[in-house]
Amino acid sequence: MQDVAIKAAETAPPSTSPNLVEARGLSRVFDVSKPWLNRVIEREPQKFLKAVTDVSFTIRRRETLALVGESGSGKSTVAKMVVGLLQPSAGQVKIDGQDMWGGADLTTLRRRIQMIFQDPYASLNPRWRVDHIIADPIRAFGLARDRDEIEHRVGELLTLVGLDPLDGRKYPHEFSGGQRQRICIARALSSKPEFLVCDVPTSALDVSVQAQILNLMRDLQDQFGLTYLFISHNLAVVRHMATRIGVMYLGRVIELAETEALFRAPQHPYTRMLLDAVPDLAMTGRPRKRVEGEIPNPIDPPPGCAFHPRCPLAFERCKIDVPVSHVGRDGRAVACHAVEAGKV
Amino acid sequence: MSVPVLSVRNLRVEFPTRRGTLVAVDDVSFDIAAGEVLGVVGESGAGKSMTGTAVIGLLEPPGRIAGGQVLLKGERIDNLPPEKMRRVRGKRIGMVFQDPLTSLNPLYRVGEQLIETIRTHTDASASEARAKAIGLLEAAGIQGASRRIDSYPHEFSGGMRQRVVIALALAAEPELIIADEPTTALDVSIQAQIIELLKRLCRERGAAIMLITHDMGVIAETADRVAVMYAGRIAEIGPVRDVVQRPQHPYTRGLMGSIPKLEAGGARLAQIRGSMPRLTAIPKGCAFNPRCELAVERCRQERPEPVHAGGSDVACWLAGAATAGKAPVEAMNSTPPVVTSDAKGGAA
Repeated sequence: MQDVAIKAAETAPPSTSPNLVEARGLSRVFDVSKPWLNRVIEREPQKFLKAVTDVSFTIRRRETLALVGESGSGKSTVAKMVVGLLQPSAGQVKIDGQDMWGGADLTTLRRRIQMIFQDPYASLNPRWRVDHIIADPIRAFGLARDRDEIEHRVGELLTLVGLDPLDGRKYPHEFSGGQRQRICIARALSSKPEFLVCDVPTSALDVSVQAQILNLMRDLQDQFGLTYLFISHNLAVVRHMATRIGVMYLGRVIELAETEALFRAPQHPYTRMLLDAVPDLAMTGRPRKRVEGEIPNPIDPPPGCAFHPRCPLAFERCKIDVPVSHVGRDGRAVACHAVEAGKV
Repeated sequence: MSVPVLSVRNLRVEFPTRRGTLVAVDDVSFDIAAGEVLGVVGESGAGKSMTGTAVIGLLEPPGRIAGGQVLLKGERIDNLPPEKMRRVRGKRIGMVFQDPLTSLNPLYRVGEQLIETIRTHTDASASEARAKAIGLLEAAGIQGASRRIDSYPHEFSGGMRQRVVIALALAAEPELIIADEPTTALDVSIQAQIIELLKRLCRERGAAIMLITHDMGVIAETADRVAVMYAGRIAEIGPVRDVVQRPQHPYTRGLMGSIPKLEAGGARLAQIRGSMPRLTAIPKGCAFNPRCELAVERCRQERPEPVHAGGSDVACWLAGAATAGKAPVEAMNSTPPVVTSDAKGGAA
């Protein structure tokens, strides 16, 4: 039985489609209503939070797609839906042509997708030894014949992420934040996945440790041909890691472009504002616009384009119509009436 | 020469424990002039927050100031009795902390908290204090301040709360403001607004600001001078332009190289091997020597004292005139980024 599983894992058919991941019209609504009795007494309607609305993207094999946005933009919700932890309210996720929520064999699919979380302190079981933690996916998917093979594989993985095979005998509290994130990466790699979803993997780390982890992630990508979905709020980190970037605002992807193109000529007014807000480390004294306003409450978003109250280019239409993403010649998708009308 | 607002001389903070004394801040000296922003930057465990806490006299026992002096406008404040120190805090030193929600009392309207602070430290009447509180909220960029003054902290967003905390810190017109990670909990677009606000208030009111943060970007935007801390000591201190663009200390260089930059594209990041030592195991000699690419025998034996090099003061044996000034900088440039792990450094 286990042999079969290994064979299946190793001979996963190399599909010909260039896209490993396809998300189509992903939406997720959360019910944030008060309890029924309170609603009746206080005569309040049900409340819904649209965390993600109509998000579509594809991720090509071996590339890194990054989603950036501020808190409440829905980027982590997208990550959870793509990895299969949260069922979308609408839309579909296809991994290598298989519909995750429509009949695909989830067990075999899950082996190929792994996730790295933000907080390396919360995502490791403090009562488990590190070798046990890393071996868990190997056992769960039946990827090894016996104990010796598991032990050997765990040692390999620890070496791979820059730790010592003997570190497997320790518990998570004996490691620093950066080392814990290495353990999380080793665990994610233990099922030999093709696709890693990284949800702000370095924001809890100091900058010199962040550099070590980002470099490690890029080395592993080159070595194993991994595909990444990289979620972050740090534009500089994203520029460093991503092939393409999607910028999210209040549950929608408002601009999606190749990394270089996005930074050279940002189109959407929100992308421009975000880039202007990044501290100027090089001290070039580049001219920049002042940032105005805050992200609105997602329970009660503004009508039309959600960004229009903060947008310097907003006109009548922006207050009424929700802008649809238009794909330009260079493959860049922008959802903005002003860009469409040639005002940028 | 006017007297600096804050002058810290050879400050040493110790934590006596059962297993011996831990030195969290070791021989730290700096000045901040009126209207100046001094950035204090470093990674977790570098002692930057501990320095700020020692200056305002809020060290948690058993932590204590074991040596050195803290002078506010030339007067010592590190040895004041608690009752007198309490009057200095709030009146002459204002504070802004990382999490605005924990700095505000959730059970009182923000106006009540502001008015109480104003009336504690000045002899304003209730109506004068209220008028002043509204003025402060307006200065901190809160629209409709006369209405919002009667709101509770939970009715404000994160960025707005931090504005309230800044208004609160300014309430008694302090000479010095200590801001400990004031923008860390905020989104980048809000962070830019708060930085702008701090800079403007410092300019307009002539207060000195000690800005503690781990974010070099925030420092580059805000500070006039910057002190880079490592393992309880200042590794390098100087004008922000010098430190950011021409860092002299190998640690500062490594730190700058490891920050992903918008301008840089996707090149590989420079790495510093290992991680910050724990307080229980600070290496002999220069604390940075086990991670330093350039360490020589002297670095392992003797502790370097700050010397003037390339615009800043640098605590490194390889910096300054002794090695013809440029040596460490050029050596760092020619060193290829070394791929190592933090496997041995932290837990060992």
